[in-house]
Amino acid sequence: MIDTITSFLASDIRTATPLLIAGLGILFSSRAGIVNVGTEGFMLVGALAGVVGSWLTNSSLLGSLFAMGVTVLLAAIFAFFVVYLRADQTVVGVAINTFALGATTTLNRILFGMNTSPPLINVFDVVPIPGLSKIPIIGDALFSQPLLTYLAFLSVPIAWFVMYKTHIGLKVRAVGENPRACDTLGISVTKVRTGAILFSGALAGLGGVFISMGQLSFFTEDMVSGRGYMVLAAVVFGRNNPVGVMLATLIFGAGDALMYQIQAAMSGVPYQFSMMLPYLITLIAVCAFKSKTRPPAATGIPYVKE
Amino acid sequence: MRSKLKPEKIFQLYFPIVAILAALLLTAIVISVMGFNFVEAIQALFVGAFGSLGAIGETLNKATPVILTGLSYAIAQKCGIINLGAEGQLYMGALAATIVGTNLNGTPSVIHITITLIAGFLGGALYGIIVGLLKNLFDASELITTIMLNYIAMAFCGWCISFPLKDTEATSNFPQSRAVLESVQLPRLISGTRLHAGIILAVLAIVFYYVFLKYTKKGFEMRTIGLSRSVAQNAGMRLSTTSLLAIFIAGGFAGLGGAIELLGVQFRLINAFSLNFGFDGIAVALLGNSNALGIGLSGILFGALRSGSNRMQMITKLPVAVIYMIQSFIILFVIGRSMFDFRKLRVYKRFAKRKMLQGEKT
Repeated sequence: MIDTITSFLASDIRTATPLLIAGLGILFSSRAGIVNVGTEGFMLVGALAGVVGSWLTNSSLLGSLFAMGVTVLLAAIFAFFVVYLRADQTVVGVAINTFALGATTTLNRILFGMNTSPPLINVFDVVPIPGLSKIPIIGDALFSQPLLTYLAFLSVPIAWFVMYKTHIGLKVRAVGENPRACDTLGISVTKVRTGAILFSGALAGLGGVFISMGQLSFFTEDMVSGRGYMVLAAVVFGRNNPVGVMLATLIFGAGDALMYQIQAAMSGVPYQFSMMLPYLITLIAVCAFKSKTRPPAATGIPYVKE
Repeated sequence: MRSKLKPEKIFQLYFPIVAILAALLLTAIVISVMGFNFVEAIQALFVGAFGSLGAIGETLNKATPVILTGLSYAIAQKCGIINLGAEGQLYMGALAATIVGTNLNGTPSVIHITITLIAGFLGGALYGIIVGLLKNLFDASELITTIMLNYIAMAFCGWCISFPLKDTEATSNFPQSRAVLESVQLPRLISGTRLHAGIILAVLAIVFYYVFLKYTKKGFEMRTIGLSRSVAQNAGMRLSTTSLLAIFIAGGFAGLGGAIELLGVQFRLINAFSLNFGFDGIAVALLGNSNALGIGLSGILFGALRSGSNRMQMITKLPVAVIYMIQSFIILFVIGRSMFDFRKLRVYKRFAKRKMLQGEKT
C-alpha cells in the first residue's frame, strides 16, 4: 500500500512537471491577454527538437536548449500573426498545432525511419537529493526526480515574485487588463505581448522536452496528445496565478498517474477507460471552476494603436 | 437572367488564391530544404488527385467528410462558438451509425440508409450539445472542453470496438466493429471508381447550411449572436437556446460526416477511423470564409490534397503528413491576409491618392 502511494506520488509529480513548466510560461502570455491555443504545437515541436538536439549533441542540456530555441522561433511566428497582423488568436493557434503535427511527423520519419527502434539518446537522469530522498513514503516520491522537476517546482515562487512584485510582472498584467492605458503611459503593448509569447514558447517547448526525455526516452507521433490544452485549462483552473497553476497541474497530473497505476495494477479495467481519465479530470475541473475570478479584461482582443 | 460579375466578387477570390499559392511556395521551400524534389512531389500529388476518373472519385470521396466538418466549424463560428470538437463528434456519429448499420437486418435499403444517416447526425449532434451545455451551465471554455471530449470520444469508440461491438469473427487482431450490412452501404455513382453517393449528401448539406443561415429566423439569430451578443440580447433573442441549437447542428454535420465515411468508404469502425477530418474541417471553413460555396470548393481542394498525398508518398517517399504543413500555411496566410493586401502598399496608396486628386479636379 505504502509502495503504491509512493509510486503514485512520484508519478503524479513527474506527469505534472511538463504541464507545470509549460503552464508557468503560458501564465505570462495569458496574463498579457493572449489565448495561446498553439501550446499543444509548441510542446510537440519541443518534444521532437529535444530528442533531435540530444541525439546530435549527446547532451540532454544542449538538446533542451536547442528545443527551446526552436520553439521560440515558432512562438515568434505566432507573435507576428497575433500581435502584428492582429489575426484571430485561436485560429493562429490551430494553425500552429496543425503545422507542428505535420512537421514533427514528417521529420521524425525522415530522421529516424518508421519501424526502426528509436535512437539511444541522453535523457534526464533521476537525481536523488542526499538525505531527503531517504524520508519514508514521500522521500522517494518528492526527492528522487529529474533535476528539471525540482527546477519547475522551485520556479513557482519565483514566477509569483516576478508576476506580483516586479516591474515586468506589473507591465504584463497591465497590458492584459488595459492595453490602451498602458499605451498612454508609454508602455509598448506590442513589445510586452511579444515578449510574453516568446517566453511562453520557450517554456512550452521545455515542457515538451520533458515529455519525450523525462517521462520517456524517445519521440512518438502526436505524443503530446492534448496536454497542451490541459496546460491552458490549468492556467484557467489555477485562476491565472502561479500557485494555482501548480496545484492544477498536480491534479491533472494525477489523472495521468492514475492511468498508469490502473494499467499496471488492475488488469480488469479496459485501458480505454483509464486513458480517458486525464481528459475527464480536466473536463470536470474546467466546469467546476465557474469563474469566480475573471480572466484579464483584454483577453483575446488584438490591440490597435490609435 | 444574366448575372454581372462585380469586381468585389472577383476580389473575394484574391485572398484565398494568394493564400494557396503562398502556401505552396512555402511548402516547396520547406521540402526542398529537406532534400526532396518539389516538382516531382507536386506532380505526383496532382496526378494522384485528378489524374484519372478513379482519382477524381477518390478526391470527391475524401472531400465529403471535410466539407461536413467544415460546415460544422462554420455554423458554430457564425454563432460565436469555436468548435474544435468536430473530430470527436464525427467519431460519435460514426459509432451511432455503426450500431444502426450493423443491425436491423432486412430493412429496405433506402429506409435503412436514411435512419443510419439520421443516427449518425444525432450521435454527433448530441455529443456536440454537451459542449453547449457545459458552456451555458459552467461557463466552461469550448476551446478546452471540445478537445477533451475529442479524446474521450476516441477512447470510448476504441472501447466499443474492443468489447461490445467487436467483430469476433474477424481474422485481424486489431479491434474493429463488424462491417455494416450491404443494404446500408452507399451506392457507387460511377462504375469502376469508388465514388459513392456521399458527395451528393455533402452538397445537400451545403444547401441546407446556406438556406438555414440566410432564410430562417433561427439562422438570422445565430448570425446576430455571432456578430454581437449584446445586440442579440437587446433584440430579445434567447442566446443560450440558440447557441445550443448551433452546436447541435454543428455536431450533427460532423456526425453525418462520420456516418457517410462509414457507409461509403470504411464500412467498419476502427481505431484511427478519422484521418484528422475534424481538424481539416477548420481549415476548410477558414479558406472558404464560412461561405457555402467557398466551403464546397475548399473541401474539394483538401480532398485533393488527401487523395493525392498517397501517390506522393509512394513516388517520392515524402510522408503524407506533409499535407498538414500545407494546410497550416494556408490557414496562416488566410488569417494573416492583411500582409497580402496590396491596398496597403505604398505604390498603391500613391496611385489611389493621385486618382482621388484627379477626381477632385474634374
